[in-house]
Amino acid sequence: MLKQMEGSHAVAQAVALCRPEIICAYPISPQTHIVEGIGEMVKAGEIVNCEFINVESEFAAMSVAIGSSATGARTYTATASQGLLFMVEAVYNASGLGLPIVMTVANRAIGAPINIWNDHSDSISQRDSGWIQLFAETNQEALDLHIQAFKLAEELSLPVMICMDGFILTHAYERVDIPTQEQVDAFLPPYEPRQVLDTHAPVSIGAMVGPEAFTEVRYLAHEKQMQALELIPKMAEEFMAIFGRDSGGLVRPYRTEDAETIVIAMGSLLGTIKDTVDEMRDAGVKIGVLGITSFRPFPLDAVRQAIKHAKRVVVLEKTFAVGIGGILATDVRTAFFGIQMNAYTVIAGLGGRPITKTALHELFEKAGRDDLIPLTFLDLDWNVVNKQLARERQKRRSGPAAENILRDVSSTAAHIS
Amino acid sequence: MSFQPVKFYQTGTFTVGNRLLAPQERSVQANMERTNSLNSGHRACQGCGEALGARYAIDAAMHATDNQLIAANATGCLEVFSTPYPETSWQIPWMHSLFGNAPAVATGIAAAIKIKRQKGLKDDVRVVAQGGDGGTTDIGFGCLSGMFERNDDVLYICYDNGGYMNTGVQRSSATPPAARTATTMPVGPQPGNVFGQGKFMPAIAMAHEIPYVATATVADLRDLEHKVKKAMTFRGARYIHILVPCPLGWGSASQDTIKLSRLAKETGMFPVFEAEYGELTNSSKIRRLLPVEEYLRPQKRFAHLFGKSPAVATIARLQALADKNIRKYEMLDKEAN
Repeated sequence: MLKQMEGSHAVAQAVALCRPEIICAYPISPQTHIVEGIGEMVKAGEIVNCEFINVESEFAAMSVAIGSSATGARTYTATASQGLLFMVEAVYNASGLGLPIVMTVANRAIGAPINIWNDHSDSISQRDSGWIQLFAETNQEALDLHIQAFKLAEELSLPVMICMDGFILTHAYERVDIPTQEQVDAFLPPYEPRQVLDTHAPVSIGAMVGPEAFTEVRYLAHEKQMQALELIPKMAEEFMAIFGRDSGGLVRPYRTEDAETIVIAMGSLLGTIKDTVDEMRDAGVKIGVLGITSFRPFPLDAVRQAIKHAKRVVVLEKTFAVGIGGILATDVRTAFFGIQMNAYTVIAGLGGRPITKTALHELFEKAGRDDLIPLTFLDLDWNVVNKQLARERQKRRSGPAAENILRDVSSTAAHIS
Repeated sequence: MSFQPVKFYQTGTFTVGNRLLAPQERSVQANMERTNSLNSGHRACQGCGEALGARYAIDAAMHATDNQLIAANATGCLEVFSTPYPETSWQIPWMHSLFGNAPAVATGIAAAIKIKRQKGLKDDVRVVAQGGDGGTTDIGFGCLSGMFERNDDVLYICYDNGGYMNTGVQRSSATPPAARTATTMPVGPQPGNVFGQGKFMPAIAMAHEIPYVATATVADLRDLEHKVKKAMTFRGARYIHILVPCPLGWGSASQDTIKLSRLAKETGMFPVFEAEYGELTNSSKIRRLLPVEEYLRPQKRFAHLFGKSPAVATIARLQALADKNIRKYEMLDKEAN
C-alpha cells in the first residue's frame, strides 16, 4: 500500500511486519522515531508476542539482544553515532557468537565536537566488527532492506546492520510502498535457530578459545561474509519475485555502460549524484555512478566488473580515516588489483554539511580533466583552517580547536569569555 | 531412590553433606538427584570459594526450578575456569557474553522465555545471572541497576572475593579497606586499599526495593541453599551476594576457606541477612563475637597491619566498620550476647 510517511515510521512498519519478538532500545537522535514507532505498536497490541524493553544504555540494548537472540527470539534494535560506539564491545560479541540480530543505524557523525547531523563515521567505524552492513539509498530501500535483513541474518547466522542516513532519510517524508503481512510472511519464514539456550538440550555458549582454534573461528567469520556475497543478490531476486521491487543487492550501477568517469558512493547521497550525472550526460559527458549497497561484505568482483572499462573513479564518502584519507576508497582500490586507473577520494558531507549539485558539477568536471588532487575535502573553508593553523603556530599549547573555529565562522553558538 | 533407615551418630545434625537425614530434610547437595550443574573437572584453584558457592547456588536453583534453569555468566574466574574451549563444566544451558553485561544478557533471555511461553512453551524456565565482584559492583553496575529497576525476572548472584582475582588480584570497589592488592600495594603512608565508602552491593540492591536481597557465605551452605531456593519463589529481580574467599588473592591457606568465611560473619566484617522489597527481614546472628583481628590475621593481604609495629589505628578503623555492620544489620542476638 502506498503511503506518505516519515522514513523512521516506514522502517518501524517494516520491522513490525517481520514479526519481531524482542525489541530493545535506548534513545539517541536521529534513531528515536524508529523505536518510538515500534514501541507504540507493541504497547497498542498491534505487534503480538513481542516484548519492548526500555534499557539503560546502548551497551545494555545490544546485551539484551544477545541474550534474547541466543534464546531463539527474533531480535531488533536501533542506534546511532555515540550510541553505536558505546555498544561496540557487545557489537563484536554479537557477531562473534553468530547471533542474527538486526540493527538500524541512523547514520550520524561522531564527536567531539558533538554533532547530531548525518555522516557515515558511526557505521564505518564498525566495518571490521563482523556484521553485514547494507546502506539504503532511499526510504523505500531502507524499508525493503529491513525485511531482507532478517532473512539474511537468520540464514547466515550473522547480525545485519541497516545503515540509513540520519535526518536525510529518517526524518524525511516520502512515498513508500508498505508490503502486506502475507507478502512478508511468504518471504520470511519463522526464525529457527541452529543452537539455543534450551533446558532440554543444555549447551555452553561463549567459551574461551585459545590460539589452537582462534584463527579458524575468525576465518569462518570471513567465510560466512563471502557466502553473503552470493546470498545477497539471490535474496534481492527472491524479494523482487514476491514484492515486485528491485531492492538491495550488492551494487547499483547507473549509466556506467560507456562511462569514462565513475562516481562511487553510499546512501542517500546517490540521489544528488544521479541528478548531477543525468545533467552531465545530457551535456555529453561520459559519466556514471556506482552505488555500494553492501559495504560488508565488500563486493570486490562486482565493483571490479562495474569500473574496469572506466578511465577514472571518484569515490565520494561521508567519513574518512584520519591520518590517511578515504575508507571506502581504500576498499575500492583493492578491487583495482592489476588495473591501472586514476582514483580520486573526495570527503564530503561531514557532520551534515549539505552536498549540493553545484559543488558536484564542479567536482566531476575537474575529475574529468584529471585536475583533482588524490584527496579532496569538498567545500573546505581554507580561511577558517588557515587561521587556526596560524594561531597554533604562534602559541604551542594543547586544546580543542572547535571553539576557536566557531568564533571564526561567527556562529551564534560560540560564546567564549 | 533407596534409603537406608540406619541410625548413626550423624543423624539429626544438619551438616550439609548428611545423607542419613530423612530425604526431605537433606540439603540439595546431599540429595542423590542433585544436578551437578557445575561439574567436577573444572580448573578452579584449590580452596576456591567461588567454585564452591557456585556449585551450591546453581544446584539449589536447579532444584527449585525443577531443572528449568538458564544461566548467564560474566567474564571472570568462574567463566574461565569452567569453560576453556573445548571443555565445559556446565551441565545446564549456560552463556558467557562479556564482562559487564551479564544482567542485561539475562534480561534478554528472560524476555525471550516470556515470549516463548506466550507462544506455547510449557516449561516455566527461570534465569540466573552470575559474576564476581568486579563484574557486579564495577563494570556491570549499570546493567545490574537497569535490570533491578525494570524488575526483570532474573536472580543475580554475585560471588564476592573482594578483587579482580582473574587478572592478578587488582582492587575492585568491593575490596576491603587496607587490603593489599596488586594496585593497592602496602607501601607509602597509607598502605593497602583506601578507606572509602566502598560499594556494598546488597544495600544498593535493597535501595532498588526489589523483591528479594540476601547475603550468604560459603561457611553456611545450608543457609545459602535456603536463600537460593527462597529467591526462586519470588518473581522479578532478586539479588544474592555470597562472600567467597580466594586463597590466591587473600593470601590464605586453601584449607581455611570455610574458616575465613565463618570469621567474616562472626567478626561483623560481612553481614549475613535477608531483605524483601527494600526492608531487612532477617539477620544471621553472630554466635560468638570475635575481634576483627581474628579474621584479618590469617590473610596475607592484611599482613602489613601486623608487622613489628602493628597498625593499631587501622585495625581500629576496621573494627569500627564491623561494629557499624553489627548495629546496622542487627547481627547480635541481644538476649544471647
